Amino acid sequence: MALGDILIEVSNVAKHFGEGETRVDALRAVDLTVRAGEVIALLGPSGSGKTTLLNIIGCILAPSAGRVVLDGEPVFDGKWLRRDLRRLRLDKIGFIFQSHNLLPFLTAQENVAVVLDLTGLPAEEGRTRARELLDYLEVGHRAMVKPALLSGGEAQRVAIARALANRPRIILADEPTAALDGARAGLVMDLMRKLAAEQEACIVTVTHDEKIFDRFDRLIHLRDGHLVSA
Amino acid sequence: MNLALKDIRHGLFRFVLTCFGLGLLMTVVLAMIGIYNGLVSDALAVVKAPAADVWVVEAGTKGPFAEASSIPADTRDAVARMPGVAEAGAVNYQNLEAPHAGRTLRLYVVGYESGRPGGPQAIAEGRGIGAGHFELVADRKTGLLPGETIRLGRNRFTVVGLVEGAMNSGGDPAVYVTLADAMALQTELDPAAQRVQAARGAVSVKSASVAAIIARMSPGADVDLLTATVRQWKHLAAMTQAEQEELLLASVVDKARRQIGLFLGILLSVSAVVIALIIYTMTMEKLKQIATLKLIGAPDRTIIALIVQQALILGASGWGIGLMLILAVKDYFPRRVVLEPFNVMVLAGIIAAVCLLSSALGVRAAMKVDPATALGS
Repeated sequence: MALGDILIEVSNVAKHFGEGETRVDALRAVDLTVRAGEVIALLGPSGSGKTTLLNIIGCILAPSAGRVVLDGEPVFDGKWLRRDLRRLRLDKIGFIFQSHNLLPFLTAQENVAVVLDLTGLPAEEGRTRARELLDYLEVGHRAMVKPALLSGGEAQRVAIARALANRPRIILADEPTAALDGARAGLVMDLMRKLAAEQEACIVTVTHDEKIFDRFDRLIHLRDGHLVSA
Repeated sequence: MNLALKDIRHGLFRFVLTCFGLGLLMTVVLAMIGIYNGLVSDALAVVKAPAADVWVVEAGTKGPFAEASSIPADTRDAVARMPGVAEAGAVNYQNLEAPHAGRTLRLYVVGYESGRPGGPQAIAEGRGIGAGHFELVADRKTGLLPGETIRLGRNRFTVVGLVEGAMNSGGDPAVYVTLADAMALQTELDPAAQRVQAARGAVSVKSASVAAIIARMSPGADVDLLTATVRQWKHLAAMTQAEQEELLLASVVDKARRQIGLFLGILLSVSAVVIALIIYTMTMEKLKQIATLKLIGAPDRTIIALIVQQALILGASGWGIGLMLILAVKDYFPRRVVLEPFNVMVLAGIIAAVCLLSSALGVRAAMKVDPATALGS
């Protein structure tokens, strides 16, 4: 598959927590580039810096040093270059969580539409787009059901629909298949790959799930805050 | 998409139950406000009823309500002749208990001169006192009906009319009788006691004393001049209607008023804490969802609206339920519960302010939530 524009460019990014004797270096001079259409996995033992890197790319955590460019826009260079990071996330980034984190008081369709509502899309258009996505992910028949009544696989598909609703070009997933069995995990990953290709997006996934390693274009290993292989 | 309403609908039963609990608390608050108002209103009812401009009472007393007052009945003629006085009437007040229909009625008997100031302001049913003796006009709260008779002292009185809202500061409903009947009630002895007095050789002298003289002024007449003139008579004191009302509130009902006022203050404080706790807890329970909203890009105003709207809906529902409940039960209270629209609106304002302040605590907690919290399992 042909790779497109660079969507994530992380240069010399470091992150430490605490100072002096209590200082912990979670990331040390990490460089990473991800292009449109790429699906990559961040691997490594606990404490290796995977989630820290994911949070930095998601503009949730500020690096201690380095530069971050998302979808061609420099967002961090020693400091945040944008004040409205939430708007940046809303426009450019979709998140998929280990526990789907759907809002329990909204139906499946509303959980997807809420993202579109936040962007200011008219409610009717939001509902239509949400329904289309759910249909595409084969959970349209569960559109009016609350998350508590969805199975794990259904809830994760709704979460994927939510992550993709606003057509973000960067999708960050934290253990998206941890709660699914092998077959369902494979299906979910295939679906994410397909959608990423269609939307010319990239997917960065933190995972320990060896069953789905073959679904990634690249496996990136982290150890003690260093990127050891890519 | 209104997230606040969606969340409420999701946990509707719990929310309604919370609103109902808050509504019960508001019922108590409104009841206390009503009781407070009722106390003041009842206390002033008997003072306001004669629509007087000046009260002439015994010198050195704060009569006839705060203290006993006794002045010669013929003082009325002297007052009536004074410059600026349009009309004057003598009045008498006393409490008594009368058996009626198997129960004991505690009544506030007002004696007045028919056709002169001091009688009931408006007859709600029946007619005013016409005959010279043994007729009465009763407050509706006595439970008496026109045509019924009731024994007061040694005589049986016929109820000829009903009035509303006439009572003393203790909440005892008033009955109006002629001044002559009222004076007889006050001085006539029980037959056995009268025989003992006769055997002792004591002479029964009918008292010609009344509690007060009520004066109404001609338009433009100087009230202060009249009170100053009356005070020149050493055995009399005079006060304006406003002074009489002030005196009654400052002496007769002051302690009860302050007691209820203080309790009301405590109750409002407790309500504020309860509301704050409910709203804060509601927000704390949603922190992970708020973190998710932040992560997917929801601006602060969306999160603030979620918390504030729920707080205001909770407060408004509690207030509405409280108002409905108190309106449904207020007439069953033994004393009057008077709710003025102003009081109800002030309480609404207080609740709205408390809800906003309480939600500010929740908003503060929500603003501190790290969106990364949503990434954890």
